[in-house]
Amino acid sequence: MKIRIRFAKLGRVRWTSHRDVARMWERALRRARLPLAYTEGFSPRPKLSFGLALPTGCESSAEYLDVALSEMVEPADLTATFSSLLPDGVDVLAAQVLPAGMGSLQEEVTSCRWEIDVPQLGPDALTEAIARVLGAETLSVTRERKGRPVTDDMRPSVLALSSAGPLGTGSGLVAELGTRPRGVRPSELAQVMGVELGRARRTNQWIERDGSRWEPLATPAADAAVWERAS
Amino acid sequence: MTSLWPRIEPLLAHVTKPARYIGGELGAVTPEHGPGRVAWLLLYPDTYEIGLPNQGLQILYEILNERADAVAERSYAPWTDMEAAMRAAEVPLFSVETSRPAADFDILAFNLSAELTYTNVLNLVDLAGVAVRSSGRSATDPLVIAGGHCAFNPEPMADFVDAFVLGDGEEAVGDITDVVSRWQSQRAAGDDAATREALLSALANISGVYVPWAYEPSYGKDGRLSAVSARAGIPEKVEKRTITDLGAWPYPKKQLVPLIEVVHDRLNVEVFRGCTRGCRFCQAGMITRPVRERPAAQVERMVRDGLDRTGYDEVTLTSLSSADFSGIEDTVSSIINDPECSGQVSVSLPSLRVDAFTVGLAAEIQKVRRTGLTFAPEGGTWRMRQVINKLIREEDLYSAVDSAFSQGWRRVKLYFLIGLPTETDEDVLGIAALAKSCVEIGRRYHPNVTVTASVGGFVPKAHTPFQWFGQNTMEELRRKVNLLKDTVRGVRGLTLRWHDPQATAVEGLVSRGDRRMGAVIESVWRAGGTFQEWSEHFDLALWSEALEASGLTFHESVYRHRDEQEVLPWDHVSAGLHRDFLWQDWQEALAEHGLEDCRWTPCYDCGACTGLGVEHVVASSVAPAGGSQGTGQDLDSGGMVPVRFLATPKAVLAGAAAEAAR
Repeated sequence: MKIRIRFAKLGRVRWTSHRDVARMWERALRRARLPLAYTEGFSPRPKLSFGLALPTGCESSAEYLDVALSEMVEPADLTATFSSLLPDGVDVLAAQVLPAGMGSLQEEVTSCRWEIDVPQLGPDALTEAIARVLGAETLSVTRERKGRPVTDDMRPSVLALSSAGPLGTGSGLVAELGTRPRGVRPSELAQVMGVELGRARRTNQWIERDGSRWEPLATPAADAAVWERAS
Repeated sequence: MTSLWPRIEPLLAHVTKPARYIGGELGAVTPEHGPGRVAWLLLYPDTYEIGLPNQGLQILYEILNERADAVAERSYAPWTDMEAAMRAAEVPLFSVETSRPAADFDILAFNLSAELTYTNVLNLVDLAGVAVRSSGRSATDPLVIAGGHCAFNPEPMADFVDAFVLGDGEEAVGDITDVVSRWQSQRAAGDDAATREALLSALANISGVYVPWAYEPSYGKDGRLSAVSARAGIPEKVEKRTITDLGAWPYPKKQLVPLIEVVHDRLNVEVFRGCTRGCRFCQAGMITRPVRERPAAQVERMVRDGLDRTGYDEVTLTSLSSADFSGIEDTVSSIINDPECSGQVSVSLPSLRVDAFTVGLAAEIQKVRRTGLTFAPEGGTWRMRQVINKLIREEDLYSAVDSAFSQGWRRVKLYFLIGLPTETDEDVLGIAALAKSCVEIGRRYHPNVTVTASVGGFVPKAHTPFQWFGQNTMEELRRKVNLLKDTVRGVRGLTLRWHDPQATAVEGLVSRGDRRMGAVIESVWRAGGTFQEWSEHFDLALWSEALEASGLTFHESVYRHRDEQEVLPWDHVSAGLHRDFLWQDWQEALAEHGLEDCRWTPCYDCGACTGLGVEHVVASSVAPAGGSQGTGQDLDSGGMVPVRFLATPKAVLAGAAAEAAR
């Protein structure tokens, strides 16, 4: 059987990488003494699969992990168990048994919602920048891939942008960014908007199909609580 | 005190591996600073990934934080990108726990494990905003202290370090805390006698603590060191500290588990300290004597608790030669057969002894992740190995390698040294011959095996029988490496790796330098020479220029043989070894005589036990099975190539299985 866990990554721990988070989970799962299912072969590893990588430095309240188990466990118990076994800032928000035949997180998620702090840019200037980006036919970004610069158009992945109003000395930006053909990072969005990137938090990962959309695992109540603590 | 975090965090978005600077490890503490508490900042002068796992610092971290009158935090060398960002933003060096400025601590305590990190020590002191030279510090500045193996020749760092701790630090850090605490109370009470000099003088009277300020070197007409004299009221010779009962110090109890990947990223449990194999090139084996084993029951408890606490699935039983731990088989089998571990825990033994017994043991414990095995024959011929007292017979190596390949390993790594005393080209070529034979043995079991021969240039170290030896020049080492490269070229399955001979020369410079080497280290640092143990940053030109400016040469400092009468820069500090013993052992080496392990043979009177009034603490009065060293096997047969192998792995495994079933 598989269980799906939704967790948050907030505060200082945001400076760790996706791989670091995977290792934290491996250790925490062993400490929790869950009946993990292991891969076969010379180098058995627990069968874990994480969703879309969260860029180092970004926060999130919508990270997912699927864990394969060799025996049944009660997912309701997991939330409390893990929070003490994981580093500060990594908190379990929800867990549930995954029905058989579900696709992998990587395959299913179609877009992510981000809340991005844009310091030193007032709400009016931000509204202008948003209009400019949404009105553009193409948005080319250059990034490094396997040591070589690659340029592509990220406009198709910018699904929605809106201003969240003033925030400190700057303003807040809400963005929905598609994951296909590739996931666009908040830093790339900041680059094409010509703004400085402050804190960026992934608040949701969405699966959209046949005109409706849902989250891999929703946690409306827990969400709010975590945000209160983080701010 | 203020946390620098709000000024640090904006820098993190622009540096590689930002999590190096955030702390948050499992086991880390957030100590409360305050009056009456001596604040220690424990520093490792290299990156977080290399420094964090250092067990010495972790032990002291816990011991200090357990005390009511001390607090300890940690810091590491920021990588070059972070250093540039910090200097640009005027952010000083800070602790990873509370982001507290380094200069707010009372003591900056460095671990010195490698000579090429010395320029980083200067850089960290400077980043802390503290004067780099001891003479430039006042009573309001932190004390800069250092410990670790390199402290056994403290002189190259004597201008920068206020006090060195020689030997085991467990007790010494408490004594230092007491002295500093008393001195601080005096100062707080307005006592004019509580000067920086008074503090240094008090520290110099702690056993095992060497305060360079209290010792004055003088030089003869020939430009060489002629004497080192102590100030009045200061001991003439500083003896190292030794804890006699390792069982009384079950640390670390809470090994730090980092958030990011580091070297040695697993549980480490020290099973014994000290080594009496007597390898003459090995400084660690000489300066940590005598052997002190941890009780097996305590080892097992530390492993069980440690795995439970950390979630690691791998444990290393650490020591200088863990297969020599008494009852190693019982200990290992109790770990891997622990039902709690459910067969998913792997145990590793560093520095495997070269014999089939050990491989049998390795096979038993590495049921999972059987990737590669490493052996260290060190010398290419039996003659060479007698000189260095690494008494491994060719047949021991071949049976070990045969045993490894036959049990499923595909990769074997062999460690060798070149530039050893009396070495001839024949000895160097012997390395290639041994490695080739190992490939042939492997091919009997699998068509694609790899044998990696890793070749390091030998650097003579203080307090070893080879301390008088003139190191090979970098050109000679280069020639020997080329000789090997030519010989193994085109041999399928054999890979040769070598250490940069230029770096070896610089290590030699610092390893046996006297106090004048300090100016060289400082010049290299001032010219930007940090992270010198990283090949992409190592720069021989910086060292050559600094050396020339100081009027010193590689020939005088590194390549020259020393004679018995010469005053050595470290003669006034003692690792417990008699100078006579070391000289005698040097002569034995030149005569190609090996000495067996003294744990199970009569005493050679090296001085380590008698000086301390202790004996080797070993649980077993008989030598472990297998191996040729100290086990009564016939060493005269060492030069012979075997016709058949000594141990069959199946028999070894059957033995271990019977043991487990009992």
